[in-house]
Amino acid sequence: MQARVASGEVVLSIEHVAVHFGGLVALADLNFSVCDGEIVGLIGPNGAGKTTAFNVFTGFLKPTTGEVRYRGTSLNGLKPHEIADLGLVRTFQRTSIFHDHSVFDNVLTGLHRRGRSTLWDTLLALPREKVAERELVDHAHEILALVGLDRRAAEVAGALPYGEQRLLGIALALAARPSMLLLDEPVSGMNLSETAKVMKLIDSIRGSGVTILVVEHDMPMVMQVSDRIVVLNYGRIIAEGPPAAIQKNPDVIRAYLGEGKRRA
Amino acid sequence: MKRALPVFWLVLLLTVPLWLRDQYLLHTLITTGIFTIAAMSLNLLLGYTGQLSLGHVAFFGIGAYASALTTLGFDVELFAGFRVVHQPWPAIVGFFVAIVVAGVSGYMIGRLSFKVRGAYFVIVTISFAEVTRLVALNWVELTQGPLALTNIPPFTLGFPGLGTYTLWNKVAYYYFVLAAGLGAYVVISRLVGSRIGRAMIALKNNESLASSVGIDVTRYLVLAAVVSAAVAGGAGSLYAHYLKIIDPDIFLFVYTVTMVIMVITGGKGTLAGPIVGGIIFGFLPVIVRDFAAPAMQWILYGALMIVIVFVLPQGVVPAVEHWVTNRARRKLAATILAGTAKPGDGR
Amino acid sequence: MDQFLQHLVNAVILGGTYALLGIGLTLIFGIMRVVNFAHGELYAFGAYTVYLVAAALGLDFFLGLAVAVIAGALLGALIEITLLRPLRTDDIDTVMLVMIGAWIVMQNTELMVWGGVAKAIVTPFPDTPLVIGPVSLSWLRVFVLLVALVLIVGSYLLIHRTKLGKAMRATFQDRDTAALMGVNIKGIYTATFAIGSGLAAAAGALLGPVFLVTPTMGDLASLKAFAIVILGGLGNITGATIGGFILALVEELGAGYVSSGYRDAMGFLIIIAVLLFKPTGLFARAERVG
Repeated sequence: MQARVASGEVVLSIEHVAVHFGGLVALADLNFSVCDGEIVGLIGPNGAGKTTAFNVFTGFLKPTTGEVRYRGTSLNGLKPHEIADLGLVRTFQRTSIFHDHSVFDNVLTGLHRRGRSTLWDTLLALPREKVAERELVDHAHEILALVGLDRRAAEVAGALPYGEQRLLGIALALAARPSMLLLDEPVSGMNLSETAKVMKLIDSIRGSGVTILVVEHDMPMVMQVSDRIVVLNYGRIIAEGPPAAIQKNPDVIRAYLGEGKRRA
Repeated sequence: MKRALPVFWLVLLLTVPLWLRDQYLLHTLITTGIFTIAAMSLNLLLGYTGQLSLGHVAFFGIGAYASALTTLGFDVELFAGFRVVHQPWPAIVGFFVAIVVAGVSGYMIGRLSFKVRGAYFVIVTISFAEVTRLVALNWVELTQGPLALTNIPPFTLGFPGLGTYTLWNKVAYYYFVLAAGLGAYVVISRLVGSRIGRAMIALKNNESLASSVGIDVTRYLVLAAVVSAAVAGGAGSLYAHYLKIIDPDIFLFVYTVTMVIMVITGGKGTLAGPIVGGIIFGFLPVIVRDFAAPAMQWILYGALMIVIVFVLPQGVVPAVEHWVTNRARRKLAATILAGTAKPGDGR
Repeated sequence: MDQFLQHLVNAVILGGTYALLGIGLTLIFGIMRVVNFAHGELYAFGAYTVYLVAAALGLDFFLGLAVAVIAGALLGALIEITLLRPLRTDDIDTVMLVMIGAWIVMQNTELMVWGGVAKAIVTPFPDTPLVIGPVSLSWLRVFVLLVALVLIVGSYLLIHRTKLGKAMRATFQDRDTAALMGVNIKGIYTATFAIGSGLAAAAGALLGPVFLVTPTMGDLASLKAFAIVILGGLGNITGATIGGFILALVEELGAGYVSSGYRDAMGFLIIIAVLLFKPTGLFARAERVG
């Protein structure tokens, strides 16, 4: 992956985003932004609206009001593949991989955007098709090596242990050459060593210039990995700032532990 | 060994007319070949892209009629005195016209049908095919309706400097169908092994995941429909110029069912599947005709289809492949246990 | 105008039986999510059963009707238990292929047993038509409409006023939750398929004497049933009823004023138009989780 120097300007901006399901307010007037090269963690207790927010940011859910812009382009009404074309790629928590394909074919499929061959190139078996194909194969090997799955390349994806399937899901997203990656609970259900692997991976992905937004429940993980944390509760942002500040923020603590106990 | 098998079959097929004298069997081979090509095209849409289209016979029939009408010429009034007259063109041109017209219809029907999915998609495709049949039946000025288009001329191939050659007899036709079949096979195998093919297969496996990595769902579904329709249209043209007569019965749902049975039984999503299925269901009538009436034959096919779905849900070809792989594994395991295994065994 | 009224009356009578076809399929398709290609074959089965009892065996015509409906329901239950239950898969494609196989087997069995020649069923109704103003109807058709209406109302009451109906509605909304609440899903599936098949057989038993009985009469019936279900919305009995009448009306008017050759195309054109412009059907309501 080529390394980029992050510019520090705003890439993802969420403006007055609200989501209403009938009478239920899932998100109320959300406003924040993510800057180039940042790792932002989105946290909040269960039911805070993280999943809804995530689906809005990735274009899978249309907000009732408000707008999400990526590098100035509004995501409103765009189809998922058009959003991927802008450079914004997401992972999935469940059904995150192509179960029946091999690990290698999974990544090769994810590299679709990077291919240049047309229908006629393929049907006439022109030389440039072979060249393009070889490039994709090389990229696939690179990506598998990066996430540490190169030894599993020939295995059927559905047969992998859960932790490795999630890694493959990230590899798939990387293959689509994102400039911003949105990770949907990347370490949920993982043990300590698997979590550590993912954390290292996230670091190296950012190192190559990709901006990252992570939604997570695992506190130690998200606190360690993020530059900045955004906390959601009842569909609103209740706090925003560096991990150290968030950990001490009384509103955040109250949101997670409830009103009952007073803590010093 | 695996590489040698297709070559062996190809050589065998090339030599068939030299030793097969029975004209009826040769006829069966030709029609089987034509339907196998149609089955291969359906496999692209059903097996690889995962869309259960049950209107496939529409493309086959459209190709047949397009080819026949191009070759015979026609004279119709479209509306308000606006007449369209077409003079007959050489049959071989009709073949290419069929492919293009069928491809275009694949585009139009595909664009409309893919607005829905699942069971509704199936129903909409059947509806398009039935409407096409009723148009062929009722637009008598163009299609002669149930009176059929007759005297469709055979193909004439022109070789610059060598003169022309008209396919009058079955042997010549057999080779033409074989060549077309090879062409279809090459087109489809190149497509499914490419980046475009991977996108189609991804749509079968997990549409939203495919979309999120940048695969334009509608575009690739429609592309699969267009290529699939074009190949089916070519097969239809072959049929029209072989039988030399075409009537609206070519659009009957039973032909779609035949193609579906061939693909499912042989193995959807594999290259060899529709060929194996085509041979089985192409020759089953021949084997069975001596002791079973046509109705009984169809009962057998229906029952066979149900049995295959229960017992070999992936089809014959994948089942055979599994068996072969397992046999090799068991042999390898046996040699390991016996202590006679050598490095490199198991490749 | 007279012609129009006649078409209207014909449409109402035809619509009643179409509604039965549609209700049967909307229950099966809606609750079990099975694309039942054999539905039309139950329709043909109903017609042939009446022929067997009334014409071939010479017994009472009304007995034939009753036997047709009950036999149809039993056959439906048999199909469900032997073909659908063992499948143990939710894969729509597989189920569809099995139903296509069943359709092929059933239709060709009928062909083998009865031959391809169309059969007529003689009914005890007088041949002279009932004339009301510009409209003439045969007594048979009046009877057909009445029976159809009774069955339609009966279906509605079954679904909305009985315990079985409640269980069916629960399964339709959320199968897993219904199972957790103690609903015997397997039993409901069998009952649904039996009821749906019985209604299809009833439609065939009623229309068989009106038209002729042929082995291929089920083909168009299946597809028209799908058109009705799509028009009315999945699982929606009222929608299927109205859809049945709408289809009959469109067919009658289309055949009368446009071209009779394209009569059967009306159903398909409806399917295409509705699915492409309003996929949830004309009568879908918010709580109908499709």
